[in-house]
Parts: sequence; C-alpha cells; structure tokens
Amino acid sequence: MNYWPLLGIAIVVAGFAWRLNPALVVVAAGVASGLLAGLGIPELLALLGRAFVSNRVLLVLILPLATIGLLERAGLRERAHAWIAGLRQFTFARLLIAYLGPRQILSSFGLNTIAGHAQTVRPLLAPMAEAAAEKIDPDLDDAERERVKALAAATDNVGLFFGEDIFIAFGGVLLIQAFFNQHGIELDPRSIAVWALPTAFAAFVIHAIRIALFQRRLVRNAATKAAHAQD
Amino acid sequence: MLRIEYVYWLCGALMFAAGYADFAARRPAPGAFWTILALCFFGGDAVEAAAKAGNLLPAQVVGVAVIALAILAASGLTRRPADDSGAAQRKASAERLRNRLFLPALAIPLGTLVLVLLIPYLQSGAFALFDARQPTIVAFALACVVAAGAAMALTRATPAAALRESARLLDALSWAALLPMLLATLGAVFAATGVGEAVAHIVSAASPTGSRDACIVAYALGMAVFTIIMGNAFAAFPVMTAGIGLPLLIGQHHAHAAVVGALGMLCGYCGTLLTPMAANFNIVPVALLELRDPNAVIRAQVPTALVLFVVNVILLDWLAFR
Repeated sequence: MNYWPLLGIAIVVAGFAWRLNPALVVVAAGVASGLLAGLGIPELLALLGRAFVSNRVLLVLILPLATIGLLERAGLRERAHAWIAGLRQFTFARLLIAYLGPRQILSSFGLNTIAGHAQTVRPLLAPMAEAAAEKIDPDLDDAERERVKALAAATDNVGLFFGEDIFIAFGGVLLIQAFFNQHGIELDPRSIAVWALPTAFAAFVIHAIRIALFQRRLVRNAATKAAHAQD
Repeated sequence: MLRIEYVYWLCGALMFAAGYADFAARRPAPGAFWTILALCFFGGDAVEAAAKAGNLLPAQVVGVAVIALAILAASGLTRRPADDSGAAQRKASAERLRNRLFLPALAIPLGTLVLVLLIPYLQSGAFALFDARQPTIVAFALACVVAAGAAMALTRATPAAALRESARLLDALSWAALLPMLLATLGAVFAATGVGEAVAHIVSAASPTGSRDACIVAYALGMAVFTIIMGNAFAAFPVMTAGIGLPLLIGQHHAHAAVVGALGMLCGYCGTLLTPMAANFNIVPVALLELRDPNAVIRAQVPTALVLFVVNVILLDWLAFR
C-alpha cells in the first residue's frame, strides 16, 4: 500500500489553514497526489483534464446570473425589501421556516434544482430576510446583516441536505445500495431512504429552533439599542 | 432533443462574454480566466469523445488549462464587488414595477418545477425532449433562458445588457465559481491514486473492535471527519463503510445494514455543513451574497450540524440493533 498520495490531503488542510487561494491549493494537492502515486506527467494531465470536463455540470449555477443581474438593477432587492416590510405577520423566523419546510419536502421528491443559492437565496430569500430583520431592528449593523444573510444561505443548505436523502432515486441512496450490493447485501432503495426520515424531522426541528432563537436575539438587541438611545 | 451539451455551450457563451468584457475593460487576468474556462466548456464534449476513443491529447491540454486557471486565480484575480451605483434609480424602478419584478425571478424555480414534472410526458420511445442523462439540469437551464427573456421584456433591456449583468456577477463570483469543479477533479485524482484505500487501511487498523458503542462513534466520527476533508459525503461513504461499517458494525455486532448506510451518510452530511471543501454549498454563497467573512455560512451552520450529529449517533445506536 502506497501511503504517499495522502500528502495531498495534508496540502489541502495546510493550504486552507494558511488561507492560501483555495483554487491553487486544490490543484496543487491534486498534482502532488498524482505525482506521489507514481503517475507520469502526461497521465496526470489527462486525468486532471478528463475529470475537469466531466464535472462541468457543477457550473450550471451561473445560468440564472443574467436574470438576477437585470432584475437587481431594476430594483428587485428594494422591492423584496418593501414587500416584506409591508407584511406585518410575516416575521423573520416565519419567513425562514416557511422556506426551510418546503425546501426539504421538494428535495425529498427529487426537486432539488428548483431552489439554490443563485436561483432563490441571492435574489429573493436573502433580501427578504434582511428586510424582516430590519423590521425588528431598524439599525441593523453590518455584522448582524452579514449573519442574517449567512443564516438564509445555511437554511437553504439544511433544507436541501436533509430532504434529498429521502428521495429513493437520489444518488446518495443509490450509492449506498450499490455499495452493499457489491459486498453481497441486497437492499431495497426504499428500505434505505426510510431511515433518513427521523434525521430529516430532527434537522427541521433543530434548525427551526435556531432560527427562532436568532430572532429572539435580534429582538433583545433592538430593545437594548432603544434603551441606550433613550438615555 | 435538448442535449446536456447545449447547456454547457450556453454556460461557455456566458463565460466568453465575461472574458470579453474584462479584456475590453483592460483586466487581462480575469479576461484570460473566463476565456480559458469558456474554451473548456465548448470543447468538453470533443475532449470526452477523444479520450474515449483513446486520444488523450485534448484531455492533456485541458489538464494544462486547469493548472493555468488555478495560477490565474491565485495571481491576478481579486473578487471585485459588484458595483452598487444607481441606488435612487433602482428605488424608482422598484416602485414602478412593484411585484412584477418577482415574476422572472420566480420563473426559475417554478419553471424548473413544471418542466421536471412534464419530463415523463415529453418523451416517446427513444426520443426524449430533455437529455435523459441530466433531464432536471436541462429543465433548469430552459427555465433560466425563459426567465432571462422575461426579465429583458420587463426591464426593457437588450440581450447585450443581460450579458453585461451576467459578466458583472461572474466577476463578483470570480474563482469561487470554479472551486466546485476543481474539488470534484481533486476527488477524481484521489480516487485514481488510491487515497481512499489508504485511508480505509489506516482507519480499520486504528479502530476499536470491542465495544459496540465505540464502533458506532468511530464510524459516525469517521464519516463526518473524512467528509470534512474531502468535502463530499459520497467520497467518504465507501471508505468508512468498508473500513468500519461492514466489518465491525454489520459483521461483528450484527447491525442493520440499511440503517448503517442511511445514518452513516447523514453523519457525513453534518460534516458537509462544516467544511470549506464543500465549495458549492459553503463558499459559493459567500461570494454570491458578497459576505466579508469567508466562513460566514459555515459559522451559521455549526450549531445545527453538531446537534444533528449527536442526534444521528443516538438514532444509529437505537435503530441499528433492534
């Protein structure tokens, strides 16, 4: 067993720890790992090139950018802001939880491309969350604003991850089935997917509670600021 | 039919437009970056076909391009914040167009939803309107094109203006857009060089064999930690399950295989929430939302991931040995 290619992992860890450019770190790790495994330069380049083009699908997230750019220039974020500000009963926590639930359910039916960071979080969810947070605290500072947007992105991730595993035709479920099949254990995809249900439920509850706690902190901060302003 | 390659060509065209805009504005490094990437997208099809036929030269050229992209990303590319001018104009436009502004934005998710549900009706025999290899991606791309048309009609913008906007946002994303592809490439290199097997070897040599609970914790932690390193639970699953799950949990302690598989994968997902290596989930949104802290999204996920990990371990212990 050749353990030298493991140095590639060490390069990744060290590179991220030293905050070097991640793109360079990742490619350097790949080159190092390939060379340490005894690959020649021509084989290594071909391996990099083939793997790279076969993963083009990961960049389709750039397709909504033209639409988002045009709409933002025409005031989409300002409108999202004004719309949320006008809805009294739609609080910060209700907005994010109302996104989390359907995102999980849709992903569990395999509909995971319909939402995402480019398609829904940047143009819609993040500005709406910001507006909902400003309803609580009109003097939201930059650090709080950043935490609000980050929580919106996190909510999309949690909804996606802990929904898609319930879908029986999802790659992860099929991977589990194929792995056990190779090792002589026959499993039905349904019998795998069903065990993801308790975690999906727990993920919803845990993240919803965190959203509610975040809102409570916003309310408390706003009250402190108001008290200080009165002094 | 609509082949998945058409979607890649469309991406290539958008990258090419971004490169052109950068060269025109005398920014040669990002200009070269997007142009090289665009060429990889246009030629990807031919590269794959040639490699399958035994001609590796085009793939090697892409390999050189990948290294060039990484060097460009590290040297000349700074993430340029999208400019924030015209606030008054945006406000006026928002008041004029009101909720109609949401329609093109909603057309992307809702259009994708409708098209995905229509997939079974859009095929007859060997003919399928959407490429059978990636039908949902084709549906998503088509919804994006329709939405772009609607946005142009609504804002009375020209296609050139749409390309300009896309270029502006691509420059704001910069190398973060490329990171998911580079990480997937690294995963392929690790697989080809036996990194997974080496880790499995070390793990199975180092893991406890006695107590059932120790095995469960070792397996769950192994899935989470290896996912943090690889950025992908799918890469960690075969390694950890071959190293601990199969021989110890299932073989020695007679755990239920379906439970071990499902919950092991979900322990890995908790790791995905914690790692910058899962770039498309944790780094791309930082760039898209123009956050200053590169770990802002991960920070927002840490408590959910840790609590959920504990829940997964408890569920594994409880459900796998009924």
